[in-house]
This record gives sequence, C-alpha cells and structure tokens, in this order.
Amino acid sequence: MKKSFITSLRSVGMAALSYALVAGSPLAAMAKPLTVGFAQVGAESAWRTAETESIKAEGTKRKVNLKFSDAQGKQENQIKAVKSFIAQGVDAIIIAPVVETGWEPVLREAKRAKIPVVLVDRGIKVSDDSLYSTLIASDFVSEGKMAAEWLAKKVNEKASIVELQGTPGAAPAIDRKKGFEAGISKYPAMKIIASQSGDFRRSGGKEVMEALLKKYGNEVTAVYAHNDDMALGAIQAIEEAGKKPGTDVVVVSVDGVKGAFEAMVSGKLNCTVECNPLLGPMAFDAVEQAIKGEKLPKKTVVQDKAYDQSTAKDVIASRQY
Amino acid sequence: MNDPLAKIKPWFQGVSLFWPVLGLGLLLIFNAVFSPSFFHLEIRDGHLYGTLVDILNQGSKVMLLAIGMTLVIATGGVDLSVGSLMAIAGAVAAMLVMKISFAMAVAISLGLATVAGTCNGLLIGYAGIQPIIATLILMVAGRGLAMLLTGGQIITFEHPSFVFLGNGHFLGLPFTVTIVAIVLCFTLVATRKTAIGLFLESVGDNEKAARYCGINAALVKVMVYAYSGLCAGIAGLIATSNIKAADSSRVGEFMELDAIFAVVVGGTPLTGGRFSLVGSVIGALLIQTLTITMYNLGVAPAVSPVPKAIVIVAVCLMQSARFRAQILGWFGKRRIAA
Repeated sequence: MKKSFITSLRSVGMAALSYALVAGSPLAAMAKPLTVGFAQVGAESAWRTAETESIKAEGTKRKVNLKFSDAQGKQENQIKAVKSFIAQGVDAIIIAPVVETGWEPVLREAKRAKIPVVLVDRGIKVSDDSLYSTLIASDFVSEGKMAAEWLAKKVNEKASIVELQGTPGAAPAIDRKKGFEAGISKYPAMKIIASQSGDFRRSGGKEVMEALLKKYGNEVTAVYAHNDDMALGAIQAIEEAGKKPGTDVVVVSVDGVKGAFEAMVSGKLNCTVECNPLLGPMAFDAVEQAIKGEKLPKKTVVQDKAYDQSTAKDVIASRQY
Repeated sequence: MNDPLAKIKPWFQGVSLFWPVLGLGLLLIFNAVFSPSFFHLEIRDGHLYGTLVDILNQGSKVMLLAIGMTLVIATGGVDLSVGSLMAIAGAVAAMLVMKISFAMAVAISLGLATVAGTCNGLLIGYAGIQPIIATLILMVAGRGLAMLLTGGQIITFEHPSFVFLGNGHFLGLPFTVTIVAIVLCFTLVATRKTAIGLFLESVGDNEKAARYCGINAALVKVMVYAYSGLCAGIAGLIATSNIKAADSSRVGEFMELDAIFAVVVGGTPLTGGRFSLVGSVIGALLIQTLTITMYNLGVAPAVSPVPKAIVIVAVCLMQSARFRAQILGWFGKRRIAA
C-alpha cells in the first residue's frame, strides 16, 4: 500500500516533469531570449531613476537579457556604450540621448549592423531619420505650454517670472523653454525677467534663485523650473529670503516626482506638469515590433498631465517615483 | 641696464597674492558699476543678507576643497576624487543622521572621507601610482559607491543640527564662513608654524632630494591626500546640508576642477613646491564671484563659460613671469623707441 503510494507519487512527478519539458521546449525554440542594450544618461534625478527602474523591470518581465550602461551624464560614454552593444551583437538598442546632436556616426554603425535603435524620452537631430526606429517621449514643448497655461490662470495673466533652465543643449531644456515662451506670448503682462541654468540640479536651482532674488527682490512673482529638483532648490532659496513659496512667489515645474507632490501637499509648490518616466512597456513593445521589421511611427507621444495642490493629496500615495 | 621700469618691476614679480587679489578686485569693481544691487547688504532675520554673503556661503565648498587641494598640489600631485568624496560623505551623513546622533554621523562620514583620501595617498606614496590615475579611480568609483549607498535616490532629511551646518548663521554670517575660517586657520598654523609646510614644499620641489634629507616623502603624501579627503568630506556635508538632501549623483560634480582652478588662480603652480593657502581661498572666491556675476548680468547659460574662461585665463597669464616679462619688454621697447 505504502509502496504503491510512493510509486504513484513518482509517476505524477515524472508526468509533471515531462509535461514541463514538452511545454518548455517549443517556447524556447520559438523565441530565444532577446538581448537588448540600454544606454542610459545617468541617474541625475529621481525621474531618471524611475525611468531606469521601469525599463529594467519590464525587461525582466519579458525575460529579456538587458545590458545596462550608465553614461554619468556624458555623451562620449553613451556613444562608447552603443558601440560596445553593436560589437556584442545585441538584438536592439535603447538610447536615452543626453544631447540632441552628434549621433549620426554611431547610429550609422548600428544601421549597418542591422540593429534597430529605439530612442526614449529625448529626441535627436539627424539628417536621415531612418537611423532610428522610433522615439518614445513626452512632448516637452507641450509640457512647457501646459505649465504656462496653468501659471497664467493662477496669476490672472500677470507675472514677472524667473525661469530656471535645465542643462544648456539638452532637449527638455530647449523645448520646455520654447513651449513656455509660446504659452505666455498670448499674455502681454506675463514676462520672463531672468532665465538662467540650474543644470537640472537642486543645488543649482537654489544657487541661481538666491542670486536672482538679490537682484530682483520683490519684483519676482513666479518661478518656472524645467524640472522639479531645481524648483525644490528654488523653494529653499525663497524661504531663506523670508518669502513664502507657493503664496508670495508662485512656483511651477515639470516632471512630477514624489518630492514635488510632497512640496505641493505642504503648499510650497503650486503645480507640476507630469512627464511620465515609466516608459518600459512602451519601449519594449517598440523594440519587439522593430525586430519583427514592422514599420513604426517616428514619434510615439506619452500623454502628460498637470497636477496642482488640489489634486496632489489624492495621487501622492500612488506615486512610484 | 638703465631700465625705466626698474622701480615698478618688483611689484609685478614674486608677489603671489597680488594677481588673484587684483583679479577679484577688478571683478568686484565691474559688478559695482554694472549691477547696482551687488553690494547691497541688509540685516534680515538677525543676519547679513546680500549677494556678497551668498558668494561667501556658496563659495565655501570650493574654498574648503581648494585648501586641501593646495597641499596636494604643493607635493606635486593632484586630487581628482574630491567631488566624489563629497558625494560619499553627504550620502553617509544623510542616511545616518536620522538614526544615530548627529556627532556620530558627522564623525563617521568625515572619517570615511579621510580613509578614502588615505587610500589615495597609499596608492600614490607607497604604490607609486601617478596621482592623476590613483585619484581618478576614486573619482569614478566613489560616486558609484555613493549611488549604491543611496540606491540612486535623492535622500532628504529633517535634522536641525545638520541643516544648521549649511544654512545656519553665526555672528551674522553664514555658519559655513566660520567653518572655512577654522579650517583655513588650522591649516595655516599647521603648515606655517610647524615644519610640515617645509616638508610639503621640499617633496613638491624635489622628492629625491627631500628623501635624501631624511623626509619620509611617502608619508607626507599620505598625509596630504588624507587631509584633502577630510576637507572634501566637510565640503560634502555643507553641500548636502545646504539643499537638505543628499543628491549623490550631482553633488560636487566637476567641483574638483573648480578647486584646481582656484589653486592655480591663487598662485600655486601645478608643478609643486611653493604654495599659498590664502591665494587658493581668494581663487575660490574669484570663481564664485564670476558665477554670480554671470547670473546677475543675465548672460545666457550656454555662453557663460566663455567669459568665465577668459577671466581665468587672464589671471593665470598675469601670473606667468615670462608672459609679464614679454609684455613689459614690448612696453619698455616702445618707451625707449619714443
């Protein structure tokens, strides 16, 4: 009796094992795991980290062999990483380009090696747009416009604005500036009195804001920062100058990181236009389509949304980054 | 022989502080003319408030780095790792300060920075690795370590004592000014009132000769890199405290270059030997003043490095005895011809 039980157990085990073998083998034959190289800019902000995490997590979920490279904010490192991906013969390359220009030679190499390239979150300038499959990104110009529209409503179309730009030459800095300028051009009483770069850093935002508050004093009624980190730095500078950020000086920024939501809940930040970093699923959809040889649109736009103090409380708990 | 400029010449030669002070002075005069709010000071919340105070406060990090860097450069070396050490110290302090006492957190983070600096020194002094390579290792790896500690996130904290470090005021001035003053005085006394300064200069001038004289050159090097690490640690705590967050990927980024600039502008040659701590501090102030000047003038950020570079090149050129001799030569010839 006892023996037969063990035998039956064994046979069940065998059956399960053989089923696993049978079920497993055609799957493995159908799709050998993809190898994808991801050339990330760096980890300069919480937003960037969230993007990296999203792409890594989606890669694991789809059982992709993901080769990750952190360029520490430098284009030459990114180009090196892409070259090494090509040398390793990856199936596809994802790039989050640090600046817009200088990509032609390395992308030509990728094209010659027939490796599709998917760009995420920032665009590039190339003479031949067949050099990359698609760009998955938020529209930075429309983010700037949304920030301008929100600010115009908040301050009754009258403001003296300090603009904190991102790193000179970076696509989000250029486009968020362009979009914001286009957005406020409708309102003659809204003008930018100073525009300096805080380099997308918290410390940069604080240092620039300190200097400009000394120069303009009470004249400054609003701050527009190209990312949340600089806005959070500027908020500290405004407080140290004895003013109330969010009340005396209206602060608007872009990105929608968790720190910004916390600042909105405590009333110091007025509005942030979300720029969604969770691009993983879209990026890998595009990678798979590109490998199959499907034609992709040159740009896939990620939908963005403006959050203000009234909506911040409800969404803060659900923020992943 | 009968040089008409003989009386003026000594003014322009060998006075190591003259040129950085002149550069800073000219820059301040320029600001006084073009941005009227520059010299405006007022008392706000019981302390001084104004652009000049900002320069002292924001410049404190580079001043601290430059003090450590001066000693390193005096021995003929260079320390590229200071920016990354700032990140490590800041990250460690921000993570520990909410868990253990403030004094312990500061001691541990500064201790770590000093140990890291000592490692640089050991590699250079005893393993004989080129300073630029040895410190480059830590420059790259150190930031990675800081990011590993913080998981790549920006760590925020609320701790009154720690926040005071970079934001508080003492005697009406930012507390950072006091810190810089203490570190500067300590370093001046240690190098000028003891034989240490002489050891540094002799190692920098001629290491072999120094060794034959009985100076333990390797140990001297370990000491200066350790001290540079300590200075970087203090600067890292200030930078972290200043924004109430440990931004390990960006804090101190490229600041090692600012520190080297400050030292060179201050009159200490990169070849080692004679050094001027006060000159380096003035150099650091010059760089910070330049940055603030660009903000004040509203120079577009994409082009602002150009005027900055021009001023720095000008100050460096004026320090070159050969360049001055050339200029004086042309000037003298013209005078004689006339």
